[in-house]
Amino acid sequence: MSQYLWYALVGTGLFSIGLLGLILHRHLLRRMLALNVMSTGVFMIFVALANRNSALPDPVPLAMVLTGLVVSVSATALGLVLIEKVQRQHGTPVLPEDDA
Amino acid sequence: MNAMASLVLLPLLGAFIAFLIPRYGRHIGILSALLILFATLSLAQQISTDGPLRMAVGGWQAPLGIALYVDGLTALLLCLTTTVGLGVSLYALGYFGEGATGEARKKHALSGWWPLWLLLWAALNALFLAADVFNLYVTLELLGLAAVGLVALEAQAVVAATRYLLVGLLGSMLYLLGVGLLYALYGTVDMSGLASNMRAEPAAWVAMALMSGGLLLKAALFPLHFWLPPAHANAPAPVSAVLSALVVKAAFYALLRLWLGPFEPLAPALAGQLIGFLGACAIIWGSLQALMAPRLKLVVAYSTVAQIGYLFLWFPLADSPTGGAIAWYGVVWLALSHGLAKAGLFLAAGNILHASGHDRVTDLAGVGQHLPVTLFAVGLSCASIMGLPPSGGFVGKWLLLNAAFVSGQWWWAVVLLVGGVMAAAYSFRVLLHAFRNKESQHPHHIPHPIMEWSALALAVGAILLGVLSAQPLELLEVGASMGKLALSEAP
Repeated sequence: MSQYLWYALVGTGLFSIGLLGLILHRHLLRRMLALNVMSTGVFMIFVALANRNSALPDPVPLAMVLTGLVVSVSATALGLVLIEKVQRQHGTPVLPEDDA
Repeated sequence: MNAMASLVLLPLLGAFIAFLIPRYGRHIGILSALLILFATLSLAQQISTDGPLRMAVGGWQAPLGIALYVDGLTALLLCLTTTVGLGVSLYALGYFGEGATGEARKKHALSGWWPLWLLLWAALNALFLAADVFNLYVTLELLGLAAVGLVALEAQAVVAATRYLLVGLLGSMLYLLGVGLLYALYGTVDMSGLASNMRAEPAAWVAMALMSGGLLLKAALFPLHFWLPPAHANAPAPVSAVLSALVVKAAFYALLRLWLGPFEPLAPALAGQLIGFLGACAIIWGSLQALMAPRLKLVVAYSTVAQIGYLFLWFPLADSPTGGAIAWYGVVWLALSHGLAKAGLFLAAGNILHASGHDRVTDLAGVGQHLPVTLFAVGLSCASIMGLPPSGGFVGKWLLLNAAFVSGQWWWAVVLLVGGVMAAAYSFRVLLHAFRNKESQHPHHIPHPIMEWSALALAVGAILLGVLSAQPLELLEVGASMGKLALSEAP
């Protein structure tokens, strides 16, 4: 199995683990972490893509990963602030089922 | 200055300055809105004479550079964004302004309405102008983060904002994975480049499913709508208006662009029928919930769930050789008129909440006495949402109805008619209560006149869209037929 395929498969695995975590867990911090695992999986697939057919890495997917990392860090920061606010208001870092 | 670039740069710059000098936020906001109006008009003028435009930012060509593309569809959505944006900005002068009541509201204004709103505006404009699928991802994320921040301005809406963020991020991740697959297959993320290379193969199907799934989640198509009502109903009034009128449309626009461009050779008829079926479910379910919702803003939010459903009726009708073109005009008309009507309705609901301190539907008596302008705005918006002639909503529904009959898929016509009746039911439920008089009870606060008149102006816009449809129609025809990307424009 080529290295490229191996990395892409591991990336897909991480994405699936993160997705499962996001669905199964109710603690908001765990959900945020699950989303981070998902994005790591996606970035890994992109990095694998960059090396898919030659000795010279393709710069385009790498540039995309850099952009994605910036987005991911900002989203995580916003998420953490919101989780803290939920914790303060409701005393627990879990989303109430029905708040409409 | 280049009109396309300034549509992204102006609000971005405004957001930055408003963040640095919050004291002058309102001045910067209004100034930016006026400059954007000017840029939008000059861009619309330019493409109606010169045809669709494509621009490589900074002279960098694809795949490394960022390309912007504008045709008739883009221009119309930019015009909608600018109209709603101007109305909402004027409304916000009153809502977050000097006369606003309560310390909480002033704190909102200081802590972020203007910078976040201008950032959201920049994201919207950039999304409509995006010419490649990765740029769409970045703008969708920017849009999502700004929108979550705006929802969270209201302390009660923190839970709704958190759910909104989680759902939005999940949608973006699915979408991004699809982008990766497309790049692996075809070595480009440019939409016109993808469209000319696309082959029907398993990996392309997976990419299509992932990207469409992510966007359907963001567009809140039934049954993925669960996050929308709490977020839209609990946010501050101007935020609700922008979210319902524009942000949901942005995800729909991305889906439309992808299905008309790269995914066009893949799109199986069955998938179109399935999406149409979900749209029909959204219409029925959203209208039922709107009929039973206890609060006015929740009624309006569920009405958005239902109206989003109408837009997705385009998917099953698009393939029909006879009805496709009619359905295309219908769905664009519906999106535009819903944008105006829903913005007007949410702003009006904000006025009612402001005046009486609550928005329980059964206690709306007296609104007609104290807020006649607002009630008129509610009435006009509802007329367009129900689809009464001569409103823009009527034109859109009429065209979709025609498309359903012409293409022999009469069952969508049944859904359209039932949806219209149900929309009338929930609208009249609100109006009946609001028109009742109440003895000698004064409202808490009368909203600033600008809040009432900006709501009315947007509602009037929704009606005018049905009467003065010649010029927008002409604009829509700029570029390739029925919104397909003009491939000849590709580098």
